[in-house]
Amino acid sequence: MRTYVLRRVLQTIPLLLGISLMTFLLLQLAPGDFLNQMAENPGISAETIEAMRVRFGLDKPWYIQYGIYLQNVILHFDFGQSFSRHQPVFEVLYEGFTNTLILAIAAAVVTWGLAVPLGMIAAVKQHSWIDRLLSLVAFVWLSIPEILSGLLLLMFAARTGWFPVGGMRSLDYDELDGISQFFDIAHHLVLPALVVGLIPLASRMRQMRGSLLDVLRLDYVTTARAKGLSERTVIIKHALRNALNPMITLFGYTLGALVSGSFIAEIIFSWPGLGRLTLDAILTQDQYLVMGAVLMASLVLIVGNLIADLLLAIADPRISYD
Amino acid sequence: MTEITPPEDIVSPQSPGVVFWSQMKKSPLAIAGGAVLVVFYALALLAPFVSAYPQEAMDRAKYFHPPQALHWFRADGSFSLRPFVREMRLIDVGSFEYGEAQSEWPLRFFVRGYDYKLFGLIPSNVHLYGVDPPGRVLLFGTDSFGRDVLSRLLYGSQISLTVGIVGIAISFTLGLLLGGVAGYYGGFVDTVIMRVTELLLSIPSLYLIIALRAVFPMDLPSRQVYLGIVAILAFIGWAGLARVIRGLVLSMRKNDYVTAAEALGFSRMRVIARHVLPNTMSYVIVAATLSIPGYILGEVVLSFLGVGVQEPSASWGNMLNQARSIRALTTFPWLLLVPGTAIFLTVMAFNFLGDGLRDALDPRRVTGGKA
Repeated sequence: MRTYVLRRVLQTIPLLLGISLMTFLLLQLAPGDFLNQMAENPGISAETIEAMRVRFGLDKPWYIQYGIYLQNVILHFDFGQSFSRHQPVFEVLYEGFTNTLILAIAAAVVTWGLAVPLGMIAAVKQHSWIDRLLSLVAFVWLSIPEILSGLLLLMFAARTGWFPVGGMRSLDYDELDGISQFFDIAHHLVLPALVVGLIPLASRMRQMRGSLLDVLRLDYVTTARAKGLSERTVIIKHALRNALNPMITLFGYTLGALVSGSFIAEIIFSWPGLGRLTLDAILTQDQYLVMGAVLMASLVLIVGNLIADLLLAIADPRISYD
Repeated sequence: MTEITPPEDIVSPQSPGVVFWSQMKKSPLAIAGGAVLVVFYALALLAPFVSAYPQEAMDRAKYFHPPQALHWFRADGSFSLRPFVREMRLIDVGSFEYGEAQSEWPLRFFVRGYDYKLFGLIPSNVHLYGVDPPGRVLLFGTDSFGRDVLSRLLYGSQISLTVGIVGIAISFTLGLLLGGVAGYYGGFVDTVIMRVTELLLSIPSLYLIIALRAVFPMDLPSRQVYLGIVAILAFIGWAGLARVIRGLVLSMRKNDYVTAAEALGFSRMRVIARHVLPNTMSYVIVAATLSIPGYILGEVVLSFLGVGVQEPSASWGNMLNQARSIRALTTFPWLLLVPGTAIFLTVMAFNFLGDGLRDALDPRRVTGGKA
């Protein structure tokens, strides 16, 4: 088990190196760079631009640039400077990442808060009209892409005025006290979290249903029923615990999916997260910011999958890892 | 000499095609999905004939014109079998509020309109429907430039619907070939191909798509942007398939018929292409059907973000981009609902069809439910 964990953790290192190299090469292939854009501005002298070129090492061949970048990241944890924001990339990313994480966690609450009870209902009332209705709704919902559900909810917000139409904080946020600040962000969070959280809902609900159905067929559940326990006790106290097991391991996979899934929601609802940041960085050719953002997003995906694999290894003693 | 009569209880084996159809008939939703797709792709092919106006034609007097309703009853209450639309005039210039005016324009079919070439070859100016000039028929309204939304939807479908087919053709060829080679040869080739797929699958897809988009200049002509989008989506799409195909090939390599083909002295590529890969086909067909929506949405997202198909060419993605503003969402909802419904129906049709195909092609059910 320990060797398995160690091997899985070590495997992520070459993966991250590969991702950084590929992203770097892609950005090198891209026509022009940030300084070209500055050069079009008559207010900035050619000397200034040349000085910046030397400062950022942009006058050197790409493999040297990449080497310097890696060295700075590994030795000094320095992800470079954002050209457009005049700020260290790490600071920009830290803020964006926190915001994306808030969104992803809220979305996870939506997904699991709905998937578990709905899946339970579908399993307990198997083959009833409510089970069929839930699977039909789930199937149709699978066909509504995020971009449409996002715009529809934005339309809902704009028409009713019940929810803010974008952003993360109100204009008077700084004047509010702590609790009001929390509720202000929560108010802004509801719709984007629904957009992101409803994507994996359908499949999670089906999995919960299947998982509970499997458990309900087992002997110990029959025993519990034979003891004369009420159906409610049998399901909640005896069956649910084991049925939740596979769902918990799925959580890791969902985390990665939620972070990458928040990209579109962030753009539609102007949520200042990693996705928005990446799009802006690419449009302004902010090289090191793009590098950092892609690495960060990939890291979340990889770590999410890693956690899921490890949880699976812990939760299922039938599988041996050596 | 006695004739040998075959025993009567032997059921003649059904051909795979017959089995497939008898299975497909059991899932009406899959058939409906397939039918919707046939209609949509036919409309895309015939877009210039079906649309009443060119996709770029602007009408400065009719910005944000709402969709016209088809009427059958005239103002005096009398019935007209031929449907007609009512003229709508701008009431308030500031808020783009329109009201119905008195003029009634009967809908005519197979009318003469602007010139086009059907399939890019046959010159014609006949259109499916239209009204007599100076009338205008705008069944799905107009956008911020006064362009007919229905015409743009039809022309846009030529881009949005084909991205999926072309993209899947490229990425599945790559995926089959590389996955097949990796699984069949094993060793170093396998390791390299699998590491590359791992790399591609470890970057969240939208981040990768956007990073790849940056490689091409932002202001390319539409045709090149289209090719660029297809290339990007295909570049990302092959990885997942290659991994599954590799697994299937690995398990098939041990089969006797593969050994037999090798013993006959066929080249390795021939064994892969003729003997191993065809057995993965039922999986590939289902996977392809279910992945096409992903490609269509890839184009929609890129164009929505403004880095895909550029105006004035229409695509479903840049049509959605017009609906992004709060004002459009509150006052001109058709800008979202028209392309949105088209995207939703397409994605759902592919999902239903793919689901039905999976059931019909599943080898465990091919016995016709007897096993």
